[in-house]
Amino acid sequence: MTVDETAVEERVRAFLARHDPAATPPLDFLRARFDAGLAWVHFPEGLGGLGAPRELQSVVERALTGTPQHDVGRLAIGLGMAAPTILAFGTEEQKRRFLRPLWTGEEVWCQLFSEPGAGSDLATLATRAVRDGDEWVVDGQKVWTSGAHFARWAILVARTDPDVPKHQGLTYFVCDMRAPGVEVRPLRQITGEAEFNEVFLTGVRLPDDLRLGAVGDGWRVAQATLMNERVAIGGAPGRRGGGMLAEITETWRNRPELRTHDLHRRLLDLWVEAEVTRLAGARLREQLAAGAPGPEGSGVKLAFARLNQALSGLEVEMRREEGLLYDDWTFRRSESVDFFGRGPGYRYLRAKGNSIEGGTSEILRNIIAERVLGLPAEPRADKNVPWKDLPR
Amino acid sequence: MTLLYSEVEEELRAAVRDLLADRCPPAAVLAGAESAPGRDAELWKALARDIGAAGLLIPEDLGGAGASAREAAVVLEELGRAVAPVPFLTSAVMATWALVRCGGDAARELLGELAVGETTAALAVSLATSPYALSTPPAAVRAEAGRLTGRVTAVAGADAADLLIVPASGALYAVDAADAVVEVVTSLDLTRPVAMVTFDGTPGRPVGADLAPLRAALAMGAGLLASEQLGLAEWCLATTLAHVKERHQFARPIGSFQALKHRLADLWMEIVQARAAARGAADALARTPGAGAADEGGAGEVALAVAVAQAWCGTAAVHAAEECLQLHGGIGMTWEHPLHLYLKRAKADEIALGTPGDHRDALADLADLPAPLPA
Repeated sequence: MTVDETAVEERVRAFLARHDPAATPPLDFLRARFDAGLAWVHFPEGLGGLGAPRELQSVVERALTGTPQHDVGRLAIGLGMAAPTILAFGTEEQKRRFLRPLWTGEEVWCQLFSEPGAGSDLATLATRAVRDGDEWVVDGQKVWTSGAHFARWAILVARTDPDVPKHQGLTYFVCDMRAPGVEVRPLRQITGEAEFNEVFLTGVRLPDDLRLGAVGDGWRVAQATLMNERVAIGGAPGRRGGGMLAEITETWRNRPELRTHDLHRRLLDLWVEAEVTRLAGARLREQLAAGAPGPEGSGVKLAFARLNQALSGLEVEMRREEGLLYDDWTFRRSESVDFFGRGPGYRYLRAKGNSIEGGTSEILRNIIAERVLGLPAEPRADKNVPWKDLPR
Repeated sequence: MTLLYSEVEEELRAAVRDLLADRCPPAAVLAGAESAPGRDAELWKALARDIGAAGLLIPEDLGGAGASAREAAVVLEELGRAVAPVPFLTSAVMATWALVRCGGDAARELLGELAVGETTAALAVSLATSPYALSTPPAAVRAEAGRLTGRVTAVAGADAADLLIVPASGALYAVDAADAVVEVVTSLDLTRPVAMVTFDGTPGRPVGADLAPLRAALAMGAGLLASEQLGLAEWCLATTLAHVKERHQFARPIGSFQALKHRLADLWMEIVQARAAARGAADALARTPGAGAADEGGAGEVALAVAVAQAWCGTAAVHAAEECLQLHGGIGMTWEHPLHLYLKRAKADEIALGTPGDHRDALADLADLPAPLPA
């Protein structure tokens, strides 16, 4: 049976009749919403969904406006990356264990992928996982880990076989962030705050049932995560004039004394670019409703990074004397990821990360060129060489 | 609203594409560009009558298909991809839409002829007319007691037209093209040359009492031109990709150099955005058939979608054609390679129906981003 819009609306009505959003504690409400299959309707029944087409999620969101919500900024990695990967590669037991508290926000997730020596070339990563009976012993260092300081779980890629070429020797795990040997240190960024962390893994023991996918299949599993990440960063549903554009257009409308002809021309240029990017994202989501995210998501992420940087830069320039100021350099840990919060100076600096996190714009162009456009790869020095023999 | 293509739209596309592959390969367009610039009467007959493209926007009770801007847009994508020298945009979109909006018996009768492809029409306005520059009506032609006198320059599609729809003295007139003087001038665009049209006491029948239908037709033309630009840009990208995968220098396909890969990835993204914008405009035009240009009340959404599509797609098509030329190297500069037809069309299209800058300027009002206050 396919679930249509009417059926979803009926589900929401029945759910609200049983759970009064005003009278139910928020967490109980979110748990009940998950159990009613209204968390992510395209997930299977019993796992927070209805097995319905993805685009019907908007029906649910509209109907549940004003009810208790989870913090999307805090849960971004769980919702956008861990969940689709667990759904695609996890065992039944893993799906039942992890998805519900992930969605309700009871358990926050982070991502242990990048390393000091493995950024764009993720597949060269050096964190080792060595099998010891029913357990794996993990040693290594991860970096640029948002939210590691409040995360319960992490998605982790580690090297399980150094004797084969780099893509073949990786395995994907769920890492228990409370396990002994996991040490999280804040990493201060150019904004002054620490949204990111370094994570040191020393003799961390993970049971084999925290492995996601087959041993040696970690690269393939990670690809699914990364495609979802790019869609999560670049493809968030937006309204016209929303996001970074909302900040600068508000300033433009309210502060006529700041307007110049040069700024006007550049703002209109960027407004058009933002609108066509929004439409491209909307079109991508329509295509997604029919299937899994493909490499096209990389394009929207690329455009989103460029736009955020251009718009936030223009706003600082437009404000002139105020642009010389900054709200606060105090070192602090942020509780959530927010591209648009705080002042224009913060937005300008934070946006610099948009073309680095989740795949640099340069790597995304390579992905588009090779996987969408079918252009030949550059000659490579690391093909068919065992990982342990690669220069580092 | 959907920005995807429906099954019906894909079927129409396939029919048009088959016809063009058969009758209008690039070599044939190139050969015809000098012998009969801008004209392939047989191809137009097949497209207009056999496929029924002429009647797409005409209501069914007048013998048309009663389809919408979405279907017309798909035809234009294919025509752009082939730089096909046929008057679909000028006759089946712009002139036809002006008559649809005129209503009235005279207009309806003409639509009946247009629907079956018996007649081909053109709007007697410059192709460079911006849809935003019509607050004061064009004064080029004046009407007196049913006789028109004056001259209109840079009219596209006039050479292929039997019927001219002429704005004169604040109203619209139908004129038999044979009664006017149509002189094709040497044009930048070899596949859609423009003409000078002269009226000298030429008889005209009134079909519209004011210029509102003209504004609607220009908005429809501008919005759907984006789809032609999209198809054109897609051809340029596909042709460039094929070339850089084949062409070897330094013992490698040149498409394996990262400098070129990144340029092509950026161009691809620009076209992804162009596709979304062109579909957005076609969908908006299809959903509100009564809507016209910016000055018509309640039509802001349509006007905005059209302006966004034109502000982006005009530039994207030129960029695609210019990248195509550059990445073909010396081959791209030769007359023999058809890509110059695309460059010339793209550059002319950039000027047609408002430049990208005109459309961006219009967005100052449409998107509420007011200009600086006067000093």
